Amino acid sequence: MYKYNDFDEAFVRSRVAQFSAQVARRIDGSLTEEEFRPLRLMNGLYLQLHAYMLRVAIPYGTLNSGQMEQLAHIAETYDRGYGHFTTRQNIQYNWPKLPDVPAILTDLADVEMHAIQTSGNTIRNVTADHFAGAAADEVADPRPVAELIRQWSTDHPEFQFLPRKFKVAVSGAEADRAVVKAHDIGLYLREENDEIGAQIIVGGGLGRTPMVGKVLKDFVSLSDLLPYLEATVSVWNLLGRRDNKYKARIKITVHEHGIEDIRALVETRFQQLKPAFGGVDMEMLAEIKAAFAPPAFREAATEPYEAAYEADPVFRSWADTNLSAHKAPGYAIVTVSTKTPGQTPGDVSADQMRVLAGLARRYGHDELRISHEQNVILPHIHKADLPAIHAALKEAGLATANIGLVSDIIACPGMDYCTLATARSIPVAQGIATRFEELKLTHEIGPLKIKISGCINACGHHHVGHIGILGLDRAGVENYQITLGGDGTEDMVIGDRTGPGFAYDEIVPAIERILLSYLELREAPEETFLEAYRRLGMAPFKAALYPAKESGKDAKEAKEKAHAA
Amino acid sequence: MSRVFTPKAITANALLEGDVIYLDHAGQWVRDLRMARAYTEKEMAEAALNEAARDLTAVGAYLADVKLGEHGPEPTHFREDFRRTGPSNYFHGKQEAQRGTDAHV
Repeated sequence: MYKYNDFDEAFVRSRVAQFSAQVARRIDGSLTEEEFRPLRLMNGLYLQLHAYMLRVAIPYGTLNSGQMEQLAHIAETYDRGYGHFTTRQNIQYNWPKLPDVPAILTDLADVEMHAIQTSGNTIRNVTADHFAGAAADEVADPRPVAELIRQWSTDHPEFQFLPRKFKVAVSGAEADRAVVKAHDIGLYLREENDEIGAQIIVGGGLGRTPMVGKVLKDFVSLSDLLPYLEATVSVWNLLGRRDNKYKARIKITVHEHGIEDIRALVETRFQQLKPAFGGVDMEMLAEIKAAFAPPAFREAATEPYEAAYEADPVFRSWADTNLSAHKAPGYAIVTVSTKTPGQTPGDVSADQMRVLAGLARRYGHDELRISHEQNVILPHIHKADLPAIHAALKEAGLATANIGLVSDIIACPGMDYCTLATARSIPVAQGIATRFEELKLTHEIGPLKIKISGCINACGHHHVGHIGILGLDRAGVENYQITLGGDGTEDMVIGDRTGPGFAYDEIVPAIERILLSYLELREAPEETFLEAYRRLGMAPFKAALYPAKESGKDAKEAKEKAHAA
Repeated sequence: MSRVFTPKAITANALLEGDVIYLDHAGQWVRDLRMARAYTEKEMAEAALNEAARDLTAVGAYLADVKLGEHGPEPTHFREDFRRTGPSNYFHGKQEAQRGTDAHV
């Protein structure tokens, strides 16, 4: 993992000192809220519905055990004993008190963490594939590039007052697990003529106007990467709409100007900027790469894993859903679910954080990851250790076998916490997960991604859920719109809206109707919900959702057509 | 024709804790909506809000619609209901602090 150098350490400490003084001046009345607000937002401190919220960056989702233990310490000392992992690989504390924030930031700095640029109109925390450095399908580890971008973008003097926030994601694998095409800039690391470079995607984003990112340049060598990114952001910084915040994101700029014009402007700017970099970026990248050298994977027999798999059906079920292929022989990637039915997606208690840290230290080469799907990853686990890990997770309430299934739901904080929300999302996730647990249909339904947002800003990525749910305020009542067929992978698709929304107490039954229809209509158990939707289209699901609104004849026809398809 | 003014409470968040607070009849900030003053006249509500907005110990003061209930003001919108009680996913907002003190909370 990357270790702070003297510059990083001094920068983060000086920012803690600066913000501590700003907090003191706010408390003694020297600063008004109007003056303080932009300062606190630059340091990740929001004021939400019930309390302050501190958003702490977990760069590219990577943590070591000491950092996870410090997050547990902060949760217990200054908050209510838990933290919330978000859809951008951050952790949020929901209940900090303003006078405690300087101490929290000091504790974070002690383990090389901070909350800088987790808010405001800046380049935000750079996210990456949560299986980075471990995935069997990886072309290149995205973390060194993500760290390089983090260093370049942190406190970048030109990019502290951008038209709007700016999000970057990096993937280095064949499968996109980082929702790259929904970012302002997304990078797919690729190999071309024995050289690693990046395909640059621009103008993706969800929110009010969802758009799939477009290819800005098919291949940029790593030696050109930072000047190319700087050119892209600086072109947008000048063109981006500052008159209307709803039209300020780069996706709108690309849409209004056209990708060809943007590409030409970026190329011109790149030619101006390139000489200024002078190769220092590549020297930095070489140093960063050394910090991400793979751990010394051990060679050992995997019999304990195979024996447990044969003997223990609970272990087998967990192994079937929560393990992914690792690049090293004998190893597996473990995804630890935070989605036990009935629990709040992404919430992990301080005690659970310590268990996870202990497992990483003892078995996992001291590495943990946070996924944008709000789960925790142990990326490097030898299969021989999996039975012991499963037992420890079970004891800590973390052994739910549901990764990628109906109850592994992404949900934003929604109106239970967020001041922007128009409806709740967490209780909807809890309700769906609990209902399908009661029906014992979780494994029968198979792979499914449900994503829920409590407002149009789409932090819950509902547009790219196989089933997306958007909570709105309709005349003072919570109302939920459903979209179907979304896909957050490299083949990104924005889901289609089914029709009128559903009241809070109708949304779980509505999802149940969709999924029971799917079970009835699928050609075979191997046909996933998304595949069935692509084959059948909206009609049969709409008929199931709105039975009263479809005439009996229409509904019958839709169903017959679906069966015949 | 001007719209009918519906009762309002003045609400904000406390500077230090971030807690939801309401202005009471004595001009003090309290954490229980039932203790809040409900303004029924627009001019008085706006004057009180202007005063509250100058208070450095409160953040983001605004007028929230309320109705007059048996025990004091009550929210008319679900957002204000959540602000009054706390999150609905856990019982760890104001519900916890007020648990057992009043069945209405």
